Amino acid sequence: MHSRPLMLMILGGVFAFLYIPISVLVALSFNEGGLPTAWTGFSVKWYGALWQNADILQAALNTLVVGLVSAVLATVLGTALAIGVETRRRGRALEALIFAPMIIPDVVLAIALLSFFSLLKVPMGLHTIIAAHVVFNLAFVCAVVRARLKSFDWTIVEASSDLGAGLSTTYRRIVLPVLAPAILAGGLLAFTLSVDEFIIAFFTAGAGRASTTLPMQIYAMIRFGVTPEINALATLVLGVSVTALALAQRLNKGALPGQ
Amino acid sequence: MTPLLQIRNVSKAFGTMVAVDDLSLDVAENEFYALLGASGSGKTTLLRMLAGFEVPTGGRILLDGKDIAGMPPNRRPVNLMFQSYALFPHMTVRGNIAYGLEMERLLRATITARVDEMLSVVELTALADRKPDQLSGGQKQRVALARALVKRPRLLLLDEPLGALDKKLRGAMQLELKRLQHEVGITFIVVTHDQEEALVMADRIAILKDGRLLQSGTPREVYEHPVNRFAADFIGVMNFFPGQGEPKGLRTAGGVLIRAETAGQGALVAAVRPERIRLGPGENTLAGSVVAMAYLGLDLQLHVQTAAAPKPVTVRLTADVAEAQNLNPGDQVTLGWLARDTRIFPA
Repeated sequence: MHSRPLMLMILGGVFAFLYIPISVLVALSFNEGGLPTAWTGFSVKWYGALWQNADILQAALNTLVVGLVSAVLATVLGTALAIGVETRRRGRALEALIFAPMIIPDVVLAIALLSFFSLLKVPMGLHTIIAAHVVFNLAFVCAVVRARLKSFDWTIVEASSDLGAGLSTTYRRIVLPVLAPAILAGGLLAFTLSVDEFIIAFFTAGAGRASTTLPMQIYAMIRFGVTPEINALATLVLGVSVTALALAQRLNKGALPGQ
Repeated sequence: MTPLLQIRNVSKAFGTMVAVDDLSLDVAENEFYALLGASGSGKTTLLRMLAGFEVPTGGRILLDGKDIAGMPPNRRPVNLMFQSYALFPHMTVRGNIAYGLEMERLLRATITARVDEMLSVVELTALADRKPDQLSGGQKQRVALARALVKRPRLLLLDEPLGALDKKLRGAMQLELKRLQHEVGITFIVVTHDQEEALVMADRIAILKDGRLLQSGTPREVYEHPVNRFAADFIGVMNFFPGQGEPKGLRTAGGVLIRAETAGQGALVAAVRPERIRLGPGENTLAGSVVAMAYLGLDLQLHVQTAAAPKPVTVRLTADVAEAQNLNPGDQVTLGWLARDTRIFPA
């Protein structure tokens, strides 16, 4: 109140800390020379180089498959869970169980899933990453849809029934369309979370290049130093994430929980 | 001819709470019927049983002679207009109205024709492509009504249909609803807590109290001949004089004799409507002083403190009579009314 300039300075400092590294990364991805020490001109050649790298392309494809499939599965299951939970009486224990995958540390979940898959002797690959991602994504989708259901007017369900619709028709024509923005937002959030998830994917991918995702690929490359290619790749991932999240926010018009 | 709707000894309990208790009433074809009661009287529960959202714990509900008590809402030829309107927010006005007809799997052309017809009946043709959140309260109410009416139900249920509208619009819509009901020839059952609304709109009224039927009849019957003190108090304004029964009426604690044509014994209460009281002596005469006056346009309402009752007596005079008297608060007046206008109830 009495020192507005000071407040602005602190705010500026916080934003600088958060966004300067990202800005530098984005800027370097367009640096012609490729060295972090000198700007030698604007170029998109590092993006072009990504196209020539078969490993990166394979990893990007894997990430896309994992992201899309796990987001779709988590959206279907998470929406069903949200509707089920909101239309029935629920206890604290159930609430905790639904929330848990969001707050359990990723590394714990990763080890647990790895042990689980090994115990059952499930051969590991993209499908196990997808299954693992569904586990935590489901909780996020459920939370987004439930937030919308809190303000859902259930009398429209009665109205639909009164006008002659059966239960499945009511869900298809009334409940799901009204929830659609939240469901879509949940799905986009799930996709974003899946695309940049590293630890769980790393643990549940199994051996071999076939199931390497982008974050794992970047991790592998980074052991030989940060190359301009990595900057370009990271910038692309950033672009996808920001776009998906912005879209989700726009659709949902409310705060996304747990972020 | 059997009545369209016969409610026979219907009860509904939620756990130990009895919402509707052994209630029976008949509604005839084409009637505008009002279920009138305070909150908690069971009127909404009764309506929800007619719509199919609640299943009675006892009794039968016969529509055209068939028991529908256990039939799900989507199979009944009955539609409900919700108090909150419950419009589908993602559909246009047209989409909302067409929905019920689409459920009947009618031909596209038939649906369009009936929706268009209904849009013009409720004067919403110009707003057909709007979404509910772009409508005013009164417009939403008409969409809700149209959506239920377009199905041409045997019975249309309306839950506090005018509750969300402001007072002026409410008055206009009361007459509008009555006109519409006449025009479409569908039996209406309206739930309301507003006695004036019930008197204006309904052909017959049922007064509910604590889940039971207190009285049913035409507006005139329930207004002029209430069955007991509660009914008398609930409908319109009533002056009460508690006292002990005498052969020709009752005597108040203050010793004033109130004459009536009926009589009883023990603790009784005499009642008279404000508009039955005149200035000047009559078969019943009370003296008192004016404590307050309220100007109501055509009428003038007086509150007169008398020896006959602890509460001031309410008197309703036409404005010209009041003007001629040039009354002011504090003035002494004499009130009179006929013995046949006095009702006697058990206290």
